[in-house]
Amino acid sequence: MAAPEFEIPKYREFPTVPAMVPDSMARVRPHVANEKIQSALGYPGALVDDWQEKAIEEFGNLLGKYRSLKVFMDSCVHCGSCTDKCHYFIGTNDPKNMPVARQELMRSVYRRYFTLPGKVFPKLVGARDLTRDVLDEWYTYFWQCSECRRCSVFCPYGIDTAEVTMAARHILDTVGYGQKYSNEILGKVNKIGNNLGLPGPALEDTLQGLEEDVKDDTGIDVKYPLDVAGAEVLLVTPSADFFAEPHIESLIGYGKVFHAAGISWTLSSYASEAGNFGLFDGDYQMMRKVAMRIREQALELGVKRIVVGECGHAWRVAYAFWNTLTGLGAGGDDPFAVELQKQLDPRYKQPSHICEFTWDLIQQGRLKFDKEANDNRVITFHDSCNVARASRMGDYPGGQFDIPRNIIRTVANKFVDMDEATIREVTFCCGGGGGVLTDELIETRVKGAFPRMEALQQVVDRHGVNFMATICAICKAQFTKVLPYYGFNMRLVGGVHQLVSTAIRLGDEQ
Amino acid sequence: MTLFFTILFYLATAALVAGLAYKIYDFARTPAPLSIPTTPAPTTKPGVAFRLAREVVLFESLFKGNLWIWLFGWLFHMGLFLVLVRHLRYFVSDVPAWLLFIQPFGKYAAFMMVAGLAGLWARRLFVERIRYISTPSDHLWLVLLLVIGMSGTAMTFLMHTDVVAVKAFFLGLMRFDIQPLPAHPGLFIHLLLVALLMILFPFSKLLHAPGVFFSPTRNMADNPRETRHLAPWAAQIEKN
Ligand code: SF4
Ligand code: SF4
Repeated sequence: MAAPEFEIPKYREFPTVPAMVPDSMARVRPHVANEKIQSALGYPGALVDDWQEKAIEEFGNLLGKYRSLKVFMDSCVHCGSCTDKCHYFIGTNDPKNMPVARQELMRSVYRRYFTLPGKVFPKLVGARDLTRDVLDEWYTYFWQCSECRRCSVFCPYGIDTAEVTMAARHILDTVGYGQKYSNEILGKVNKIGNNLGLPGPALEDTLQGLEEDVKDDTGIDVKYPLDVAGAEVLLVTPSADFFAEPHIESLIGYGKVFHAAGISWTLSSYASEAGNFGLFDGDYQMMRKVAMRIREQALELGVKRIVVGECGHAWRVAYAFWNTLTGLGAGGDDPFAVELQKQLDPRYKQPSHICEFTWDLIQQGRLKFDKEANDNRVITFHDSCNVARASRMGDYPGGQFDIPRNIIRTVANKFVDMDEATIREVTFCCGGGGGVLTDELIETRVKGAFPRMEALQQVVDRHGVNFMATICAICKAQFTKVLPYYGFNMRLVGGVHQLVSTAIRLGDEQ
Repeated sequence: MTLFFTILFYLATAALVAGLAYKIYDFARTPAPLSIPTTPAPTTKPGVAFRLAREVVLFESLFKGNLWIWLFGWLFHMGLFLVLVRHLRYFVSDVPAWLLFIQPFGKYAAFMMVAGLAGLWARRLFVERIRYISTPSDHLWLVLLLVIGMSGTAMTFLMHTDVVAVKAFFLGLMRFDIQPLPAHPGLFIHLLLVALLMILFPFSKLLHAPGVFFSPTRNMADNPRETRHLAPWAAQIEKN
């Protein structure tokens, strides 16, 4: 790790609200997508000449299509409840990273062009013309939001800044001002089937290598099947699971669970990505296009169940949006949805999270563990924002908090939670979600991780925690990179199924 | 003056009703294409109704967010609510028993309302973060409400006006039978600002009142795996 060119926030003695440092993050912005990346997605290659007109037009368009945006633009009373809730504000002190101030970048433009008082008395109501400066400001600060929805928990009207950020980014895309990192990834998934651009043969090699590793390790033939028609389960997982550390340890764990339970399963090379970056700039069609690959594969392979691997935003899209986007779920009565839904086994939740899947098996007594195998670990759990605040697991609200913890407690002896003001519903984002997981935003990422690092430090000091489990590919990648800035070992982060993998019995004892 | 206030109140009522009706229609017709409740969220409709009721009556999310804002905001709104109910007596000729019963509560609720407003304004002025996000209109709204509240309280406790005549005036308005309004500076200020508020309501942040009921993060049930949500424009995409 090279010495950073910025200051790492100091832990606070008391969790006070930081003093504002205006414009302290004004210079931090991601690379702009080039013409090739943009045009592959059907967006203009560079900022169009009539961008102002186009942007306002698209803004109006979105206001008509999304009730969230319309209601959120009208309803904020500037009460201030959300002002100190964003990890980026806490870590950067830049007031424009206060959720309401971030929304205001867009709301000021809304007022100017879409409301009477803003047209007549712009100054009075804080309305602004959409100038080039304002557009640049959008680009800067809407890429310092991880769409984590923490602010929406505390807003009396449920205003979700993530929705505003998505709308703003979408407008930026349509005028040719896209972000390189996210749009490049969307290009890859559309072309090859996963965010990393791993072609089928490379996947096959990787999985074969895994089988050999697991065999060396355990002496047992655990399979990692690819493109097997007629398998019971299609597992869709973030592509980082195929090669990144520590992600791959969880993939090994999924395979062991399937093996131990004796359930046939397969991965797909065509749909080798659970992640869906279409979410991050709120492009419905793009998100649908990415998700359609999974529907197509499910139909083609004839699977009965769809299970999703450890990934936060992917689980949001799968849990909350797949049914809408692709009919992958239940309860549809239109031919499009029915075609797939009659194939899927109605006894199971479709899709299921891998943690739901594993927990069900545990409850049925179909998995056995040697808990002591994890005794070298003192474990804590980081709730990932999209799992915590945008989806669910199991049958009751909040199951998304309990199920991963239940699994950890089943497979390991030492578990402690972090400060309750930083977990579950009010969990702090890792600082790298929502499309900001790119090198040039390292300052945003390191500072955004600050509240989580603070809470982690506490349990490290008090309980000797040496493993922070999480169920998100982005969290894992972000923490691996950011932990060292705060003096932690990068291997402190890992997956829940990594713990499962360590403790699970693979013999024929079930 | 009677004529002026007559016209003003007809106008203000029309603006409020038409403006608000349009806004509600506008919110209602705009689809929520994706399931986006902030979770953990209720999984059933009654559960959602209960969640919304908690938001509207107790300001649950605000309570989680900031106790001071919650305290002042809740005092103001509950005070306002009681005061408004109390004012119903100006609009019904025979005051029912329950309305008589709440009169004293409504009377003192005015202090709650003014205290809440003062607290909110103090925060807007003195808390750095909230000052930063305040626009001039945010301050003006508080001033407007404070003056309405204080002029009303003053008429209740200090410089009484002829409330029987005021009632006759409003009943007259409703029956299109105009009655004289008592000449009283406090009353004029009070009514003028109330009318202004009514006119501006549909164009302002006061839209948070209907907005809270339409907020998708609060009013959607968490059931996307069991039900297929499909907005009309999204269904159109499927056909292509
Ligand atoms: S969604 Fe998360 S990152 Fe974005 S403003 Fe809200 S709290 Fe901050
Ligand atoms: S909590 Fe909601 S209403 Fe209050 S300032 Fe934030 S976004 Fe606006």
